[in-house]
Amino acid sequence: MDIMNLLIIIVSSTMLWAAPLIFTALGGTFSERSGVVNIGLEGLMVIGAFTAIVFNLTFADTFGDLTPWISLLAAMVVGALLSALHAVASITFRADQVVSGVAINLLALGLSLFLVKFIYGKGQTDAIQKSFHKVDIPFLSDIPVIGEIFFSNTYYTSFVAIIVAFIVWYVIFKTPFGLRLRAVGEHPMAADTMGINVTKIRYIAVILSGALGGIGGGVYAQSITSDFSHATISGQGFMALAAMIFGKWHPLGAMGAALFFGFAQSLSIIGSSLPFLENIPNFYLLIAPYVLTILALTGFIGRADAPKALGAPYIKGNR
Amino acid sequence: MSNRFKNLIVPVLAVVLGMLVGTIIMLVTGYDAGAAFVALIEGAFGDIYYIGETIRQVTPYILAGLAVGFAFKTGLFNIGVEGQLIVGWLASVWVGVAFDLPKIIHLPLAVLAGAAAGALWAFIPGFLKARFRVHEVIVTIMLNYVALHLSNYLIRTVLSDKSDRTPNIHDTASLRSPFLEGLTDYSRLHWGIVIALICVFIMWFILQKTTLGYELKAVGFNQHASEYAGMNVRKNIILSMVISGAFAGLAGAMEGLGTFGYSPVRGGFTGVGFDGIAVALLGGSAPIGIVLAALLFGSLKVGALNMPLEAGVPNELVDIIIALIVFFVGASYMIRIFIERLSKKKGVK
Repeated sequence: MDIMNLLIIIVSSTMLWAAPLIFTALGGTFSERSGVVNIGLEGLMVIGAFTAIVFNLTFADTFGDLTPWISLLAAMVVGALLSALHAVASITFRADQVVSGVAINLLALGLSLFLVKFIYGKGQTDAIQKSFHKVDIPFLSDIPVIGEIFFSNTYYTSFVAIIVAFIVWYVIFKTPFGLRLRAVGEHPMAADTMGINVTKIRYIAVILSGALGGIGGGVYAQSITSDFSHATISGQGFMALAAMIFGKWHPLGAMGAALFFGFAQSLSIIGSSLPFLENIPNFYLLIAPYVLTILALTGFIGRADAPKALGAPYIKGNR
Repeated sequence: MSNRFKNLIVPVLAVVLGMLVGTIIMLVTGYDAGAAFVALIEGAFGDIYYIGETIRQVTPYILAGLAVGFAFKTGLFNIGVEGQLIVGWLASVWVGVAFDLPKIIHLPLAVLAGAAAGALWAFIPGFLKARFRVHEVIVTIMLNYVALHLSNYLIRTVLSDKSDRTPNIHDTASLRSPFLEGLTDYSRLHWGIVIALICVFIMWFILQKTTLGYELKAVGFNQHASEYAGMNVRKNIILSMVISGAFAGLAGAMEGLGTFGYSPVRGGFTGVGFDGIAVALLGGSAPIGIVLAALLFGSLKVGALNMPLEAGVPNELVDIIIALIVFFVGASYMIRIFIERLSKKKGVK
């Protein structure tokens, strides 16, 4: 196998695995930048995957080739709804944000499996017919070498994910809303004093994280697994959380980390067919994202510091 | 209204609300809610066999609940119980498979190996928190996945020849009991429940009767105050995590040495560790509360298996109810406000 073929396989597989992680990690960035811990990303991906698959199976005949994209919209809406529950509990009712996130994870899995059995009478859905396909991006794939490596045999969703990452970066760092979001996450009392509605900003941020997490789950289910069962989402949400932390709560950092984790994930799957990796147990690739995140938090790879007010409910008048 | 009463009414109301929403979900989806609850109760207590199975399920729940609850007391959130449980399970089975010893030595050794592995796994986040101020929630989540993959890797390469499970443990390391099985119509009930109850006593004793427990709780209430009072906060954080991890490792050992007798390669988590969070929250992290909450969740889980057979209701309904209970306990501020408004109105009358 020559180096070109190798690159083509690795890049396309990395992009495939990274896309859901990018979306979800960006969602996590919104929520945590506003000061609300979101352990519920895993559950939001689960409900997104479930919604996308059910919507896709139901409306494949109606929408034709557009189905996966419209299913993503549905996943986004349902993800946002579920995260609103997290918002109500952790912002209005001052619940421990980690506890509420755990509840979201348990609820999403229980509810979607219950509904799968209710709708289909079995524990697993059928495979969808209209999934995201490998495509050659028009024009760009004609560029020599680069086109072949990056833009052939790839998925539109991966590029959408990267574009969204830049949009999120712009929103968080270049707009008034982003400034408020960061202020609320660092020092909510100061922000409140300056007339920023802390509760409103946090609600928006958490609901955005649900929308993006839902999309992440929808992308994963429609491009990788093609159906929904109890094991469809197994840890991708937590890996996205890891990517967000490894990326130091920065949208572009999160994107980079998600790409890197996607790379590790895809190597653990296709690694056995690659000449120089066949002797490395894929155990090391599987644990790499988690170990690296711990090391990053510890400060061995440049210290990652969380937003200052992360995890604390804002109670007006409390010092 | 006394505080004690309020502390009791929040979990009770959370359970009632959880059941209520569960019922509404069944009504909306057109399932027979009455038949479902009857099937649930019959599946948990209807027969001596089911009672045996329920107690068996309660065993790891108690220990996982103790693990989460113990860390809570020191102000630490140990989401890593799942991972500590997996390494404890593996370590105890490993000792059970690898050695050939008389039962009186082998069984305690295997049980202790589980506790030690869990403790070691929890030492990592404890140490990182104490030394580098890294938040334990993230580290324990990450270590859950490392534990999962590590356990699978060791089973495939070291403990077996590319098989998807370890060999069975020797009888000398087994917690299984023909006596208890015979008593409960051949359920999988084993001696683990005794160990779990001893651990409940140990947790109560450490927290209420020892200086260590006093310090652990003090650190949980206020780190700065305890530091000024001359306590070693770092040491206490690490110790709390280690003890918590030992409970979690024991929960795994109960499954490995009692219920299963081997350790499988896993595609995902057991769920017991996460349910332990629910147990500790509902039980208010108090030893007796944890036992009661474990009883509730254990019987829900075992009883649920009867629901698809008897009432045609998917057993995942119980997972929804457990999630809702966690949610309502977590958002107990809502319930407290509600009760306060209610009691104020009564005062006016």
